[in-house]
Amino acid sequence: MPLHRKHLLDLDDFSRDEITQVLDTAESMSEILDRPISRVPTLRGKTIVNIFFEASTRTRVSFELAGKYLSADVINVQASGSSVQKGESLVDTLRTIQALGADMVVMRHSKSGAPYLAVEELECSVINAGDGWHAHPSQALLDLFTVRRKLGDLEGKKLVIVGDIIHSRVARSNIWGFTRMGTRVVLCGPATLLPQGFEKMSDANGLVSIELDADKAIDGADMVMALRIQKERMEGGLLPDLREYSALYGVNRKRLANAKPAVIVMHPGPMNQGVEISPEVAYGPNSIIEEQVASGLAIRMSIFYLLAGGR
Amino acid sequence: MRGETPDLLIRGGRVIDPASNRDEVCDVLIQDGRIEYVGSGIGLPDGAAEISAEGLVVAPGFVDPHCHLRQPGYEYKETIATGAAAAAAGGFTTVCAMANTKPPVDTRATLETVQEVASAEAAVHVYSLAAITVGLGGKQLVQMGELSEAGAVGFSDDGITLASPAVMRHALEYAKRFDRPVANHCEDPALTGDAAMNEGPVSMRLGLAATPAQAEEVIIARDLALAELTGGSYHALHVSAARSVDLIRGAKDRGVNVTAEVTPHHLTLTDEIVAGRWEPIIASLRPYDPVTRVNPPLRSQEDVRALRDGLASGVIDCIGTDHAPHAGHEKHVEYAEAAPGISGLETAFGALMQLVHGGEISLPQLIERLTQGATVYRLPHGSLAVGAAGDVVVLDPEREWVVDAAAFRSRGKNSPFHGLTFRGRVLTTICDGRVVFDLNEESVETVGALGI
Repeated sequence: MPLHRKHLLDLDDFSRDEITQVLDTAESMSEILDRPISRVPTLRGKTIVNIFFEASTRTRVSFELAGKYLSADVINVQASGSSVQKGESLVDTLRTIQALGADMVVMRHSKSGAPYLAVEELECSVINAGDGWHAHPSQALLDLFTVRRKLGDLEGKKLVIVGDIIHSRVARSNIWGFTRMGTRVVLCGPATLLPQGFEKMSDANGLVSIELDADKAIDGADMVMALRIQKERMEGGLLPDLREYSALYGVNRKRLANAKPAVIVMHPGPMNQGVEISPEVAYGPNSIIEEQVASGLAIRMSIFYLLAGGR
Repeated sequence: MRGETPDLLIRGGRVIDPASNRDEVCDVLIQDGRIEYVGSGIGLPDGAAEISAEGLVVAPGFVDPHCHLRQPGYEYKETIATGAAAAAAGGFTTVCAMANTKPPVDTRATLETVQEVASAEAAVHVYSLAAITVGLGGKQLVQMGELSEAGAVGFSDDGITLASPAVMRHALEYAKRFDRPVANHCEDPALTGDAAMNEGPVSMRLGLAATPAQAEEVIIARDLALAELTGGSYHALHVSAARSVDLIRGAKDRGVNVTAEVTPHHLTLTDEIVAGRWEPIIASLRPYDPVTRVNPPLRSQEDVRALRDGLASGVIDCIGTDHAPHAGHEKHVEYAEAAPGISGLETAFGALMQLVHGGEISLPQLIERLTQGATVYRLPHGSLAVGAAGDVVVLDPEREWVVDAAAFRSRGKNSPFHGLTFRGRVLTTICDGRVVFDLNEESVETVGALGI
């Protein structure tokens, strides 16, 4: 069954079947990655342009390698340091990319919604590698992929996302992705970073809830995801102090004692160890943080393959 | 020049003039650019032209208390001439321009420049507000006495909220001597920050920085308290939130000297359209289309309902378009980077006729709200009284048309209504007895119709 999509911008309109298809295809890609020579000719002759208007290491490298394993020509454009600094508009940069003749564009941008402008300007496929606070669909898909391997069916399971929810594209995409699979999602964080009514952002009937107390939130959890806290949040008056944040919301061993014994701990990276997550948890037996990175490759190969019309 | 205007007889229309409580089928005669007679059985005077309005509605030319004509300084967005042409096409014969030009209208010299360009080039009556504070800086009051004498109809730093309660208090007090309203843009800057849209489920979904309706309410509550304290005349610009309507109703009940306006877009669109969808009218925008970015932002369905109630009950006195034209490149960017504002003069009547067809207000009520801006700024317009300026609009409430922003007379093509079908159309606009817009003769002088 082909994925009838040209672009990957958000998971808000993905069905459970579509998500399952991306994850199943990623399993096949994992098998390829386990071979001694992982390269397959699927995208030979295709050009993928990675254009990152915001610094990134793991996501950019992951997309780059995924393209190369599928034999595509991959070009990286570090847009934040080039013409953009000279005042070139996003539209002009995109038109330049169009003129170069890309088949797929992987784009990261600091402004929410920028990929929708790209879709308007470009004739090729657009893959959103993170836009502002809005969406990071490939991250959510790799999170789903990683936990599905551990837990199997995600229906009825409980995911707790702890931290700076309002500024998090990872949280938003995971809310769409996990609720579509039937998972209950509990959002947890200080109310300055998790405003009243946030649970109404999606149409997931009753599957999303807010709990300001981290110990209550984590009670009985199957999965806990810690989000990165940025120091700018204190300058903006949203947080008094990192020490207090860590005491109230840090994911540590003591707090995890209330979760299910086999609880899975995730973090999209990069981590502030000792702030939102303690080192013994980040590297402990429940952590799948390194596997998340490895899964990213298979998921991004799956995304390229399916958007290119693979079946 | 005006003496050369041929006399005009508008025959057989349903004449709706809320100012004189008239709603009857009759004729309107304009002589020497003024309303000469309204009634039945008028013979066609020698040399007079006749417009048949049978089956149509004849009303006073609309009055817009709030538009941005961008001249001087931003002529690439709009000029007084193109803005006035847009006004004529929208049925407006009188517009009040905001002071946030470059330089802002904070001295007699700049005000007179605007007035001179307007009298030479504008197809309709153009009045100007002056800033409240020098350079829109929010600190030092402009010379309100001199600016009033030179013709400023009111004072506003619109575009920027006058944030200091002390300066607002002093402005309301000082302006009393000149009987000019002080009009504030109501968005608390500290609560609003660099918000791009209304705070609610849609902003949370889209991940855009957002401002709550309360950012408007706290400024309106404060300004009403200061108007009550000072007895000054206060006008609330582009009210967008449900609770603001309650606050204004309460203040009016207590006798506070307050008027309020609402825009066509806040009456017809919600923040859902930022996500690209809105059901009652079938919007076909993509998510994050910057044509929906406007300050104050489009709010919730509940707010729209309350604004419509406020308009119907008269708590909100009038429609202000907040016509805010921008160049294409200023909207062809990331959502949060886009210049806020909607080019609204040419779509106001069509958009608002939805409320009439939906039975939420009557056509005479809508016409009243589209002319009552004259009362806010004490202008001699907005009625068909004998002796008044010959400012008349001929309307077809049933005529369907498709909004084509590319065909706007305004330089600003930034309209969220582009592509929609509206029912209700301005057919002919007459200003000082001259036809300044005629749908059937697109070539009719729309620019430079007065004085040149």
